[in-house]
Amino acid sequence: MSARETKGSGMTWVGRAIRRLEDPALITGQGRFTADLPAVHWVRFVRSPNAAGKIVSIGVPDGAYVVTAADLKDVKTIVPMLHKFAYKPVAQPVLAEGVVRFVGEAVAAVVARSEEEAEDIADLVEIAVDETPPVIDARDALADGAPQVHAVAPGNVILEGKVKTPDFDTVWNAAAKIVTVEARSRRQNATPMEARGGHAAWDASTGRVTLTCTTQMPHLMRTAIADVLSMPESDLRVVAPDVGGGFGQKMSLCSEYVVLVWLARKLKSSVAWTEDRRENLIASFHARDQYQTLAGAFDAKGKLLALKADILSNVGAYSCFPTTSGVEPLMAMAEMPGPYDVRHYECRARGVLTNTCTMAAYRGVSRPIITFTIERMMDKAAKAFGLDPIDIRRRNLIDKFPYTSAMGLVYDEATYKQTLEMAVAAVDVPAFRARQKAERAKGRHLGIGFATFSERTGYGSPAFAARGMEITPGWETVILSVDPSGFVEVRIGSSPHGQGLRTTLAQIIADQLGVTPDIIKVVHGDTDRAPYGWGTFASRSLVICGGATLIAAQKVRAKLIKIASTMLEAAEGDIVLENGAAKVVGTDRSVTIAKLARESYTQTHRFKGAIEPGISETGTYDPPGTFSNACHVAIVEVDVDTGRVTVEKFVVAEDAGKIINPMIADGQVHGGIAQGIGNALLEEIFYDESGVPLSATLADYLPPTAHEIPPIELHHIETPSTESITKAKGLGEGGCIGAPAAIINAINDALSPFGVEINEMPATPQRIRAALRAKDKAA
Amino acid sequence: MSEKAKITLTINGRAYDIAVEPRRTLVDAIREDCGQTGTHIGCEHGVCGACTVIVDGEPVRSCLMFAAQADGKAIRTVEGLADGEKLHPMQQAFMDHHGLQCGFCTPGFLMLAVGVLEREPNLSDDELLDVLSSNLCRCTGYQNIVKAVRAAAKEMRTA
Repeated sequence: MSARETKGSGMTWVGRAIRRLEDPALITGQGRFTADLPAVHWVRFVRSPNAAGKIVSIGVPDGAYVVTAADLKDVKTIVPMLHKFAYKPVAQPVLAEGVVRFVGEAVAAVVARSEEEAEDIADLVEIAVDETPPVIDARDALADGAPQVHAVAPGNVILEGKVKTPDFDTVWNAAAKIVTVEARSRRQNATPMEARGGHAAWDASTGRVTLTCTTQMPHLMRTAIADVLSMPESDLRVVAPDVGGGFGQKMSLCSEYVVLVWLARKLKSSVAWTEDRRENLIASFHARDQYQTLAGAFDAKGKLLALKADILSNVGAYSCFPTTSGVEPLMAMAEMPGPYDVRHYECRARGVLTNTCTMAAYRGVSRPIITFTIERMMDKAAKAFGLDPIDIRRRNLIDKFPYTSAMGLVYDEATYKQTLEMAVAAVDVPAFRARQKAERAKGRHLGIGFATFSERTGYGSPAFAARGMEITPGWETVILSVDPSGFVEVRIGSSPHGQGLRTTLAQIIADQLGVTPDIIKVVHGDTDRAPYGWGTFASRSLVICGGATLIAAQKVRAKLIKIASTMLEAAEGDIVLENGAAKVVGTDRSVTIAKLARESYTQTHRFKGAIEPGISETGTYDPPGTFSNACHVAIVEVDVDTGRVTVEKFVVAEDAGKIINPMIADGQVHGGIAQGIGNALLEEIFYDESGVPLSATLADYLPPTAHEIPPIELHHIETPSTESITKAKGLGEGGCIGAPAAIINAINDALSPFGVEINEMPATPQRIRAALRAKDKAA
Repeated sequence: MSEKAKITLTINGRAYDIAVEPRRTLVDAIREDCGQTGTHIGCEHGVCGACTVIVDGEPVRSCLMFAAQADGKAIRTVEGLADGEKLHPMQQAFMDHHGLQCGFCTPGFLMLAVGVLEREPNLSDDELLDVLSSNLCRCTGYQNIVKAVRAAAKEMRTA
């Protein structure tokens, strides 16, 4: 179905799988990405070869232009801030000053006339470091006498969140059974296919700089860079052109962009930097390096009474802006109970500094880990009670709404139990168990794993404020205009980069204005054109920006009807907007929307001051948040001789509220699951004990290929959200939240005859073989 | 820096006379010397396939080939895939089946699939999956890329 088809009576654009408006440029090579821009000067960053130590000297070849911290005395440090949880304000110089704190930290910027020349010079820059012992692992960082990464954070703890509900101990002590899981999630890199890059260009006539960069948050980059450079924000324009994936990695402020803007102002010229894959893997942001210990207290019937969690998040060498390094530990603390009804909760969540690359948001933020941890606990509990894994979930899933969690989060209506039953029916569990038994007899080890989870999405400023963030994102604003040519333009503060938001917003607007999506232009990613907004992350854009769009579209609709009422001399209540025209119901009188728009600008005298000129309306939306939910089921085969895991089948039953475009929604789920499979089986950033990253190419760090992803079977329920005016919930992260837990549970099910347990991600062949070998030795 | 060599890159039928260092990769020459930025760079070590173009009928990783090695050869890039306004069946199928999200890896997948299918139009579904596992996509989970390529393969066979 194409966006050009005529609107038929009674039909809506919302809910239809129309083709994306984004695609024609992208499939013909006409997309415009940051690295496509020409520049006068090229930058190559010289990065620290050592994980920790004092910079003794920076040797620069004769005649080369190389910028170091010594040149940047007028540049402030980056100091992200939280006002809660005993947060320590760690400062990051944009280029390392005095000391280095991780391998890959930018120390110097070489400026040359071409990328090649800059690389050649960079090879000749010698950074001498007086090395000190680094600390790499979060548990080591907590040990007495561990090297201190920042003086401001003694003991390396950058923040500590604690919660304990009243009467916790009483309930805990009265429990029939305590089930504990020690989970380990290894470090990942979000790995967008386009690495980072920036291009800063000086405009001599205005003295302004345009920074084009691969960001998910153009306005916040403008605010942050203007702050650090003490320049008026109006002198900086930030453009996010086509952005080749972000997944959270492109949310945070890169110190490299600050250097580029500084250089453009200094040289009064254009400067560009294109990150290479090695830099991306070692020096862009990392994620998911956590230890989690979770214990559940159950009554005699397998009902969860209380949860006790300890979360240790390795946040790397600095704190990321704007979320701060609280993003992972605090998300884990807030949402650990997930989809389960549990009234009593105790949690300690710590962020720990180490000499590794800085941690930042990555799709799902902690929830792939907490889901993995609690779903492992549920499977262990099922075993302890002699229950089926499905039964223990049936006994504990939330089924009354609105539900207020032990942490005070309000869950709107969802379908935790229904999606579980739907997924269970779709996989035919009895048939699988029979096949599993038959195959086991032949030496093939199949397993099935379940994961049920909630996905908090579309949350506005109160949710971020609860974390005590100095920068509290949340709302979105759009400006929707019908121009004198009759075309519709909506300028938005969100900044999509693959999510298809141009298409889905056009669908929402088309229904309100009675026009076709193809005449609607969505403008984003340019701080000169778009209203201030928070960009695209946290499964928020369709809910929040979509809600703001609906509000603006309803206002424009009302105005069009008012103008038409004057022009057609009919009551407003008798006018409908359809097929590009305003019509008087039951008559053949009509006027095109293009004509209404034109006259609103050029014939204002006809409205005798009763209607303001032009058609441009603003919508702002700041919702409380809404929970999507799903059940994931994985069927895997484990080769016990090699440790290799093959995902044979993946089934999803999900509920993301009203679906605006089913094709785009399914695509988001597919992509998330693929990243979840990578998380569960393949992807791991690893360091040696001296802090040297060993996973610095895509031959070492392994995002899945088409071969590792089985056919994904999707089932949907649509529970309209009462907390979202479009009734849509977000769904960008669910795929990667549920998949790791389902797969690891399936692996454990497959290995159950061997009495081994895998509670670590990724479950690589080495780890599975090590577990089996250890069991062999013990036996 | 070493001396530049004069070469001719023929991209989508148009000849570009350029001077490049011997070390210049084909993808850099295509993008920077010839201005055809539809071909993207994802890893520069031959793993991700974002830079895939067709050289003398073969899909190649243009980050692993020197520009000088492509001197005089026929190079096809994503910009030359459509016939005027008419999209190539592969492009149409990617749109119809939502085979792209951010679009960064897409030119590489299009050129890989077209290059292989022009040579071997009757590949089975499993063989196509093998081919497509040459390239990386981080957005789509491959489901719709596989669907699109299978649909386009059918279309190309009947066209």
